[in-house]
Amino acid sequence: MTVTTPTRRGALGVIAAAAAAFTLGTPAHAQVDFSGQTIEWIIPFGTGGGSDTWARFNAPFLSKHLPGNPTVVVVNEPGGGSTRGTNLFTQRARPDGLTILGTSGSTQFPYLLGDPRVRYEYQDWSVVMVGPTGGVAYVSPSTGVESIDDVANLQGQRLVYASQGATSLDLVPMLAFKLLGLDVNYVFGFGGRGDGRLAFERGEVNIDYQTSSAFISNVTPLVDEGKAVPLMSWGVLDDDGNPQRDPTFPDLPILEEVYEMVHGEAPSGPMYDAYKAFNTAGFAAQKMVVLPEGASDELVETYRAAWRDVFADPDYQATFEDALGSYEQVTDRGADALFSAGTNIDPEVRSMVVDMLASEYNVRLGD
Amino acid sequence: MFDIFVSALTNILTFQHIGYMMIGVLVGLMIGIFPGLGGIAGLSLMIPFLYGMDTTSALAMLIGLVAVIPTSDTFASVLMGIPGSSASQATVLDGFPMAKRGEAARALSAAFFASLVGGLIGAVVLTGFVLIARPVILAFSSAELFMLSVFGLSMVGVLAGKSLVKGVAACALGLVIGSVGGAPATGEFRMVYDVDYLYDGIPLIIVGLGLFAVPEIVDLLRRDRSISEHNTLGAGWFEGIRDVMRNWWLTLRCSGIGALIGAIPGLGGTVVDWIAYGHAVQTVKDNPKFGQGDVRGVIAPESANNAKEGGGLLPTLLFGIPGGGAMAVFLGGMVLLGIQPGPSMVGSNLDLTYTIVWSLALANVLGAGLCIVLAIPISKLTLIPFKLLAPFMIAVICFAAFQATRTLDDLIVLLAVGVLGVYMRRFGWPRPALLIGFVLATQAETYLYQAVQFYGWEFLTRTGVMIIIGITAGSIWLGLRARVSEATPAEILAEEARDTATGPAANIRARAPQITFALVALGFFAVGIHDALKQSFLGQVFPLIMASAGAAFTLLVLSFLVWGKPNHAVSSDTEHEALAEATPLRSTLGAIAWVASLVALTAVFGFVIALVTFFVAFLRLRARASWLMTLILTAGCTGFVLTLASALNMRFPGGVLQEMYRLPWPFS
Repeated sequence: MTVTTPTRRGALGVIAAAAAAFTLGTPAHAQVDFSGQTIEWIIPFGTGGGSDTWARFNAPFLSKHLPGNPTVVVVNEPGGGSTRGTNLFTQRARPDGLTILGTSGSTQFPYLLGDPRVRYEYQDWSVVMVGPTGGVAYVSPSTGVESIDDVANLQGQRLVYASQGATSLDLVPMLAFKLLGLDVNYVFGFGGRGDGRLAFERGEVNIDYQTSSAFISNVTPLVDEGKAVPLMSWGVLDDDGNPQRDPTFPDLPILEEVYEMVHGEAPSGPMYDAYKAFNTAGFAAQKMVVLPEGASDELVETYRAAWRDVFADPDYQATFEDALGSYEQVTDRGADALFSAGTNIDPEVRSMVVDMLASEYNVRLGD
Repeated sequence: MFDIFVSALTNILTFQHIGYMMIGVLVGLMIGIFPGLGGIAGLSLMIPFLYGMDTTSALAMLIGLVAVIPTSDTFASVLMGIPGSSASQATVLDGFPMAKRGEAARALSAAFFASLVGGLIGAVVLTGFVLIARPVILAFSSAELFMLSVFGLSMVGVLAGKSLVKGVAACALGLVIGSVGGAPATGEFRMVYDVDYLYDGIPLIIVGLGLFAVPEIVDLLRRDRSISEHNTLGAGWFEGIRDVMRNWWLTLRCSGIGALIGAIPGLGGTVVDWIAYGHAVQTVKDNPKFGQGDVRGVIAPESANNAKEGGGLLPTLLFGIPGGGAMAVFLGGMVLLGIQPGPSMVGSNLDLTYTIVWSLALANVLGAGLCIVLAIPISKLTLIPFKLLAPFMIAVICFAAFQATRTLDDLIVLLAVGVLGVYMRRFGWPRPALLIGFVLATQAETYLYQAVQFYGWEFLTRTGVMIIIGITAGSIWLGLRARVSEATPAEILAEEARDTATGPAANIRARAPQITFALVALGFFAVGIHDALKQSFLGQVFPLIMASAGAAFTLLVLSFLVWGKPNHAVSSDTEHEALAEATPLRSTLGAIAWVASLVALTAVFGFVIALVTFFVAFLRLRARASWLMTLILTAGCTGFVLTLASALNMRFPGGVLQEMYRLPWPFS
């Protein structure tokens, strides 16, 4: 029994789930064949943004390496900070491999925080690929910091940060700064990191972070001119889920190292757990490709095999760095580790973060 | 420097480059002609082809696409009064009255020729501006951006129509509606009432369609004739080109305004055309007829909005901050091609920047030229009896509206805003004033909050801020002298249909519908105040002030209505005009019901089945068309929508039927 026939469109998920149970344990040969079919890749964001570009870059490669070379189309379903399209996926997608979802940090965060608009459950899904990214925090030399060795100078200073919102990816730097004991005034309402960088260049803010590719093309020139000082990177996770220096920025320490420089001991405790969970969900495991609930092992293996072939494709290797930056997309074990680290949070850690957001930044996630 | 120019020029003027650009222009034209579909839809059509192309050719195609969108959407705004994108909202104001007067071809050719000139002038301005753009853009901090939003809001003075009090009230209405959704300072959600749709705020495209397109459709349905009052197209398109040449100085100024304001990130291209329109109203001296089909009201926004795209390139290329939807698409395409925006675009990649800027100008010429050629055949649409055109237009605005989030909610909100628009039109509440308030609500609030955070209230003493304050004051002064009115002279002079008695009781009798509408507006402000009081200080201060001001001005409107003398400037009701003209009109509610019926059918059966049912019902019952005609028109429209949707991988909004059963595309 394979999941090939599109004529089962009328059938309900029950049958597909039965099929999944039936194929469980059979050897994972790629018997799935998508010839002549169309695969919808749901992207819960609008056209032109990071997630959209990421999916549109990957889609033709996926089409080339899936059995039967199906047409892979990117379907944008924006709204609700990506919760709408993702809810739609949960509600509608059947585990026939014809509908897949691409998530991003903004899909993971509301899930981890328990936003009332979230009606999806990551643990029901099967991850087939994870696309990591990284970020670098930097400060203005006006803070008296000329290199990371002066990080102690930041203590007791009033720093200003241009934020997109307390529940956006900016939650990661917020938690990092908190761990380092920095006194940061967050000014909200910025449209994107690009606007934040502009405020930094104007001298309105003196601490900022950018994702890796934006940092390289836009902040490195400032660093060379002596107008910005890189502080730390968010690091990457190895296959076992341990934080490591980011190979793109091998000279920059990661938060864990800076924490030791400041506090004289390795970070621990609920605040650090929160940082780890959100950092992974926001950067190391930022982009995920998942199959809906009930996808058979065979289907998952088919997709993972396709991604393995994509990563080995010389055309892909020649172009991906220009389009996506230097972070290797992963599948299989690496993807599992990132998925699990990026979609799980201790309930106590969660409620600590939610309480902090509510008491300090007036964030109400709804009731 | 010179060798960079030469290198960029040789890049552009190759057969291959122009060929690929032409492909982009053609795709953009076909897509852009459809309201609601812009560069975004065009990009998804083109992306598969970008692979394996060399960078310059792929860029040429992208630029061709981006350039032609603000030009081609003029067709719908002039011919049908449907603003296809935020770039063509101001064009509706005078373009559509011209079409109604039978001057569609003239309006279109003037618009396209102005676009062409605007695009070229924009490129010239940018050629020099690129080099100093980084420091200039950096000089616009949140403080200056806030003052620029205030400057935009001051255009209300120009667009308020007959009564300034109503203009301010309408603007406040827009500001309060615009503050629905997440508060910029705190992220708390305002006026959402647990409706998922409202969390993101109401999409601009829906407000534009609801305010401008729905009322026109309703009005035309009531009048039951073709859009054009005459059977000929009147003065041809050559006249339009002459109009632009006669107003070369206005065209030049508006192009400059467009290029410069477009280059400032954060304000968004959305107000550029309103500012240009307002500028035209303030400065045109000889015989202005703005709002009733003055060709200068078409030339000004159109020359500005094409120049704006060029200006918008600068923050996109230099900072990676897209100025609007089309630029976001362009940025995504650039990243796919491996071009990273950043300071290098004015350094080692300067020739690439010039290639892009000038390609945009060339694409503008190609696109606008093509549109001018198409203007005459397409403007014949205005001669078709409206009852045959109406189902298409209703389908088109619904199709355009659900591009916003692809849900039924889009259509429901469209209907609600549409009803608001119908009554605002009837009672002389200026719709452009509401739109400007709506567009600038978020910007004004965000930048004020940020400016106070960064600079304290001393931000008002910054040089840039003082300069903009000066410009704003001048603009207000000019605006109070030259106010545009949507009301025709007949409307203004029309006697109120009333008995001779005066005093409050007689006023209430004669003006009951207007008073009711003002009371509804007052109720809405009360809801806004009530909701604001539940928020934290930073979340409430802006909507609270705006809603309170709106309530105060609405009370003023009410008191004028109740105690004002007969034919007071505040009193306006187009039904009186209709009575005076003795034109037989069908009922407003009947016309609204037809629009509502498509929405209701969609809620039950999903869009595709609803569309077919609606077409058959409308053509048979309302237009009394033959079965053959009904069949042809229904099949034509449905086939077209399906082809378009399948090319764009689009899902239609579903209804109850789709909730209960899984159906194959296109019914899913």
